[in-house]
Amino acid sequence: MYELKNVSKSYEQTRRRVTALDDVSLSIPDGQMVAIQGPTGGGKSTLLQMLGALERPTKGTVVLGNAELSALPDTKLASIRAREVGFVFQSFNLIPTLTAQENVETALAPLGVPGVERRARAAAALESVGLGDRASHRPDELSGGQQQRVAIARALVKEPDVLLADEPTGSLDEETRDEIMDLLEGIWRDRGLTLIVVTHDSAVAKRAERRLHIKQGKVTEKK
Amino acid sequence: MFGTYLVRELTNRRKQTAIIATGMALAIALVIIVNAVAAGVSAAQTSVLASVYGVGTDITVTQTPTAPTQGSNGTRAGGGPGFDFGAADGRTADGSTTLSQTHLGVVRGTETFDASSLDTIVGVENVAAATGTLALDNITFNGTIPTQRQSGGTTDTTPPPGGLDGAGGSSFNVDTFTVLGLDVAGAAVGPLTAVTLTDGRTFTAADAGSDVVVVDSAYATSASLAVGGTLSISGTDFEIIGLVASGSGAATASNTYIPLDVAQSLAGLDGKLSSIYVQAASSNNISQVQADIKNALPDATVDTQADLASSVSGSLSTASGLLSSLGTWLSVLVLAAAFLIAILFTISGVTRRTREFGTLKAIGWSNRRIVGQVAGESLVQGTIGGILGVAGGLIGILLINLFAPTLTASATVQRVAGFGGGPRAGGGGAPGETAAAATTTDITLHAPVTGTIILVAVALAILGGILAGAIGGWRASRLRPAEALRSVA
Repeated sequence: MYELKNVSKSYEQTRRRVTALDDVSLSIPDGQMVAIQGPTGGGKSTLLQMLGALERPTKGTVVLGNAELSALPDTKLASIRAREVGFVFQSFNLIPTLTAQENVETALAPLGVPGVERRARAAAALESVGLGDRASHRPDELSGGQQQRVAIARALVKEPDVLLADEPTGSLDEETRDEIMDLLEGIWRDRGLTLIVVTHDSAVAKRAERRLHIKQGKVTEKK
Repeated sequence: MFGTYLVRELTNRRKQTAIIATGMALAIALVIIVNAVAAGVSAAQTSVLASVYGVGTDITVTQTPTAPTQGSNGTRAGGGPGFDFGAADGRTADGSTTLSQTHLGVVRGTETFDASSLDTIVGVENVAAATGTLALDNITFNGTIPTQRQSGGTTDTTPPPGGLDGAGGSSFNVDTFTVLGLDVAGAAVGPLTAVTLTDGRTFTAADAGSDVVVVDSAYATSASLAVGGTLSISGTDFEIIGLVASGSGAATASNTYIPLDVAQSLAGLDGKLSSIYVQAASSNNISQVQADIKNALPDATVDTQADLASSVSGSLSTASGLLSSLGTWLSVLVLAAAFLIAILFTISGVTRRTREFGTLKAIGWSNRRIVGQVAGESLVQGTIGGILGVAGGLIGILLINLFAPTLTASATVQRVAGFGGGPRAGGGGAPGETAAAATTTDITLHAPVTGTIILVAVALAILGGILAGAIGGWRASRLRPAEALRSVA
């Protein structure tokens, strides 16, 4: 469960201070699917990074489970990201020199999973997203949809409590978008994890059980 | 994962790997070649100096010459030897008087000093061996002059009927050869190490005090001498026990070699030496030994091989100078450039992989793991460069040794011109004249390869890789994951 209290995040830019999040208080129960919408520059990605332990708030507290993320050192944050949080990015962010199988394995490296088990779990994760036969392909040998499936497998292979998706269908056509969203929704339902999706796409947002709108750093519930 | 990722990066980013490895390889190859050639040139210089000053001699000690005084040691004012004949000297027959006199004295331009200096030097710390010598000239004056006649109180001005041509003519002959007195028991260092026995035997400790002589083979040929024969030195017959060949450029070369004590006794120079040859315990001790000897013997001239090396000229000297200046600096510059290339490419790679590292951090990779990954890649690139560089360096050295360039070396040695012929370099000058004799030697350059050079080269390559990896890794560790991901967006 996420608990955000009076969270603000400001950035120093040339000659001005930009407030990305402004006094946000928010609770997200375990197992909820949440869509975050809003205009570009409204603070969606900053909120997602805050939830993903990639950023610390300028003010306020972010609690995930029993851990107050805003007070933890970098090493602990890295450990939380490694164990509890899975990321899916708009641009897939696969490592171009590694195969699909090896890309998935990168998520298990910080957990110290032995090689044999690591390979087996990565293969199973790829199988679960329908890419068992593409394990040895490098990203540039896969389509956009397939790359995003590999990214989802990478996020799921460590069996996280939370899956954070930043515009996961932003680079895909409509058909592939629906396939990916079907996949994510299926995983959410099957595994009972918390799924938080940042999206511009209302069709994607409508799949969520809860929709948040963020504009100028302020979060509001959207009915 | 570390190994897989590393191999994938190096094989899929071949261009960067090739550039870094090639730069490092060039630098390492250059370091190996320059070091090997420098070692070859150094060995050539040592070889030239060994032929001039003797094998194993690290330091020579002489006495700074002072102006000679008339009558000292049988010399005239100005330092030349003098021959005095009394009225009753010589043999007179048929109106001619035959005169003959031999002078055995110190070689002009050298000064003797007390043999106790040798004990002083032997007592200096880190002196492994030392031996003293006494360099002498044996000058024999032979002449036939007409017998002078006197009648009453007037001098007869008509030419005497005797003399060489029976009409009052005269004939003079001066024969000179050099005599080197040396310690017959101390062969580890000194002049005898610069000669090669060609016939008979050389000295043993039992020869001390004996009238035995070892003769330079070239002089023996010119003077028709052979082993088993005799040679008169200062009127004493010496048994010839051996013939030796010496390089024409050897500063210590002499026409004849006799036991030191005999030389001192014959020349009336008991307890005197003209040179001491010193071997240091280690090449690292030479400067310290030189300084200690200078302190112990403040009036002595103390030269090291390094001082003597300045007397070596020619293309060998040019090569040595080039290596010590251009070669070394070129190596340093290329090495620095290779390090810089490796560092810049690694930093550039980290910058290009910002999204990659940001993503890895987002999925839980620690800074340490990422630094290790970057450093590992750089280390392997540096090591590949080192291996290629060693191979390139060895090929370069092989080519140098195959082509074996010939260098000329001229060693300039201060000598005393003699009266007669013989192997003494500079012979032919005016009697007693000091001359700077340059002997030219052709030396084939061989560039030796040592394990140390290869190890140092590989270590340098690894150091370059570690340096580049450390800087690149530091850059990667400073990337904040959110910023790294944002920069992509």
